[in-house]
Amino acid sequence: MNAEVRSMKTNAEQALAEAFVSAKPTLPGDGQVSALREAAFRSFEAEGLPHRRIEEWKYTDLRALMRDAKPIAGTPDAAAKSRAKSAGLLVGDIDARRIVFVDGMFVPELSDLANLSPGLTIRSMAEAMAAGDPQLAAHLGKVVSSEREGVLALNTALMRDGALVRVAKGATLERPIHLVFAATGARPASVFTRSLVVIEEGARAMLVESHDAAAAHQVNTALELVVGDGAHFDHIKITSGPSDLIHVSSLMAAIGARARFNDFAFNIGGGVVRNQLFVRFDGEGTLAGIRGASLLKGKQHVDTTVVAEHKAGGCQSREMFAAVLDGESRGVFQGKIIVQPHAQQTDAKMMTRALLLSEEAEADNKPELEIFADDVQCGHGATTGALDQDLKFYLMARGIPEPEAEALLVQAFVGEAIEGIEHAGLRDALMEQVVAWLKARGG
Amino acid sequence: MRRKHEVPMLEVKNLHVNVDDREILKGLDLTVNKGEVHAIMGPNGSGKSTLAYVMAGKPGYQATEGEILLDGENVLAMEPDERAAKGVFLAFQYPLEIPGVATMTFLRTALNAQRKKRGQAELSTPEFLKTVRETAGMLEIDQEMLRRAVNVGFSGGEKKRNEILQMALLQPRLCVLDETDSGLDIDALKIVADGVNRLRSPERAMIVITHYQRLLNHIVPDVVHVLSRGRIAKTGGKELALELEAKGYAEFQDEAALAS
Repeated sequence: MNAEVRSMKTNAEQALAEAFVSAKPTLPGDGQVSALREAAFRSFEAEGLPHRRIEEWKYTDLRALMRDAKPIAGTPDAAAKSRAKSAGLLVGDIDARRIVFVDGMFVPELSDLANLSPGLTIRSMAEAMAAGDPQLAAHLGKVVSSEREGVLALNTALMRDGALVRVAKGATLERPIHLVFAATGARPASVFTRSLVVIEEGARAMLVESHDAAAAHQVNTALELVVGDGAHFDHIKITSGPSDLIHVSSLMAAIGARARFNDFAFNIGGGVVRNQLFVRFDGEGTLAGIRGASLLKGKQHVDTTVVAEHKAGGCQSREMFAAVLDGESRGVFQGKIIVQPHAQQTDAKMMTRALLLSEEAEADNKPELEIFADDVQCGHGATTGALDQDLKFYLMARGIPEPEAEALLVQAFVGEAIEGIEHAGLRDALMEQVVAWLKARGG
Repeated sequence: MRRKHEVPMLEVKNLHVNVDDREILKGLDLTVNKGEVHAIMGPNGSGKSTLAYVMAGKPGYQATEGEILLDGENVLAMEPDERAAKGVFLAFQYPLEIPGVATMTFLRTALNAQRKKRGQAELSTPEFLKTVRETAGMLEIDQEMLRRAVNVGFSGGEKKRNEILQMALLQPRLCVLDETDSGLDIDALKIVADGVNRLRSPERAMIVITHYQRLLNHIVPDVVHVLSRGRIAKTGGKELALELEAKGYAEFQDEAALAS
């Protein structure tokens, strides 16, 4: 009886399987892309949605959290597009090239594709898949292997659209690219976006992704990233949305030699958010910063899972994640550092800090080190605690009321992570978001 | 000094204070009028810092009996920020480091919060900057220090000067200086003492808590009290400090022991 129950699909899994079958004829791409979809779908059918008995999903039982699967989003109508005009404003007034996706589909009339600087190519993924773009043959589904990764398999099976960005060898982009993902449909829907970003040798670029969604949406987004030798790439992902949003995001990055890679994930909304990053260092001498900050309240659940794999030696990776937890929220951090046998002189450090603003909030930390080389420096640290009462008293003794004193201390706490972002305008914009969040809390 | 028909600025009456369920202050009485500088001296463990903290409202310092009246109003039920807005300032013995909060932001937030509570308008940025720069200059505080996080990476002397800077900016009516001389070399002590002396005024009172007489050569008190075992054991003029310096606290420890 039990075995039978276990082999049964949940409502959500059943609905997703049916959705694949009916959507298949309309999904872009043939040949290689459709073979990829089929294989991914079979993998999803075998694995199902990830659940707590899978170690990597121990704290985020998606099978239990996803009671149903929403229908796949249709083509956005004029109203949805109109609502998307104000999306992505969280990044403040920085001068960035906006590329807009509404309900998971590229919207050219809201996007800025004019005067692309030399070496920059931006294309809709749907278009690239339909046209058999050679970048896809080279990289799609290949950047970082992600076997047994149910949500990624689902993304590959149902990927609809996204951005294909290429920055050619040696090119430098002065203006950041801002991928705006807005799911603004009037009815709750499932959205599957997939992007591929290729930063070639010696190129330099910054990419901001902002994700927002309307009520009860389910978003599954993935980004494959290739950073070439000597390239310098900054990636910032901002996730917001209502408290009934399920947002699952996967970043798969392969980083070349002597590169600079800075990643920042900022979570300021959503109900259940899973941000998973798989970063592999393929070449020597690279410096990487993988950072993030999350502000949680209510019953929000934000899971940040990072796997940093040092395949080549002599790279430095720094991970630093800060979470502020209020209400009954739960913040999860799982960080794994893998150092492969020949990756000598690896210098990998991981730090995670959780600040609990309420008795009911919970922070879970799971650091893991898998080290197969002998000449390495690896370390991890984790702290979880409430606001320092002595510091609060010091501020209050100077006349600062309690909510403001707490707000100052929280800003300082989050600020330490945000300082890792190189772009000053974006740093300020995110700090403003922190201040607004604290104001809404009563600070 | 005492004026008749006038409510004293500070009246501490029969104050009993527990910390971690241990009684530290055991019926302390103290009256300070405006314009006066009182020194409170005493051996280690006599309750000097407890008195400082309970006046500022530190959580965990539980007054079980008695009152602290500021201009006749009991402040014991007030939050620390309310007391600050009413003009109480504690210069900490060990100023805290606040990573991530720039000193300028801290000063400005504090000043504007107090002004707001008193119904005054916020200072404009140029006004604020001018005031801070002038005051910092007098205390030989580097402009660069003001941009750094509060007290982070400051030397002991810099931290104490930063306390006096805050005091000078906030213009409190009652200043409580807790062991402001500790950890200072003679040059730093002079800078700090000059800073404090500049703030002496007929409208302001000060309580200078110290273990040693040394500071009182620079900040000359009107009244000296000896605190021992949670009570004021003796009160006198500035010569009392010299007497203590010569004889030590042994006498008062015995006296207090007999009294309790």
